[in-house]
Amino acid sequence: MAFGKYNGWKGFTYRGGGPMLVFLLHRITAVGIILFVGLHIMASFSIQQGVWGDFGVFINTIYESFWFQIFVVFCVLFHTLNGLRITILDFWPRLLKYQREAIWLEWAIFVPIYALTIFIMIQRGLAG
Amino acid sequence: MASRTVPQRGFTLDYLMFLFTRISGLSIILLAVIGLVTAFIMGARTQMDLGTLMRWTFFPNPNHVINSDIPDLTAGWANAYWNVMQMLVVFFAFTHAANGLRMILEDYINRGVGQILLRGFFFLLWAFMLILAYNVIVMM
Repeated sequence: MAFGKYNGWKGFTYRGGGPMLVFLLHRITAVGIILFVGLHIMASFSIQQGVWGDFGVFINTIYESFWFQIFVVFCVLFHTLNGLRITILDFWPRLLKYQREAIWLEWAIFVPIYALTIFIMIQRGLAG
Repeated sequence: MASRTVPQRGFTLDYLMFLFTRISGLSIILLAVIGLVTAFIMGARTQMDLGTLMRWTFFPNPNHVINSDIPDLTAGWANAYWNVMQMLVVFFAFTHAANGLRMILEDYINRGVGQILLRGFFFLLWAFMLILAYNVIVMM
């Protein structure tokens, strides 16, 4: 039996591949950023103009927690890097041949930056 | 299952928004870099901590910074330069965002009255958010 031909996990493994995964993540992170920035601006408006009751304070307490900020950093960083990859490949279509390599490169850039960022955030968050 | 029509070529809304999405994405990165550099030139290294600087890069609004428990900035930071920077970031971001949401939903609702209502809704949302953001930025 060839290597990888059969294993018990086949029914559970994700078979969309790297491009499908980043496509989905691009959409999910987009909605994440829109919710964050949209609510953020509405909260600023609410507090600044003194309207809509406690809405602004309520949103503020959510986005000041570092757990939420860890999610936001994931969204912004991933969406930026993936968007940059899409833009580069679209403007120079001959590079599309290397799409999968580009996705690996993207993760190679994303993981260290994100790891360092959440390390600092958690360190400061736990320090209070 | 109904067949999908091939979109026409040329200067259509979809082609223009395709271009705009890429250009605005690059512009936001560029504006963030310019904001970071000019903040450092204006003395951010000694006046802000890292978190404040990252927020300032995307939301350069002293009001907003005071609102979110961040140490006060000196009055020298509330000026037209940062207002213009923030308005540019918000304009590019929200146009990019409204169009992106429209594209995601048009994968599912892509014909007839539904599409017209969808486009109308996102146009109104876009206008509403820009007006709101303008108020937050300019009315200090």
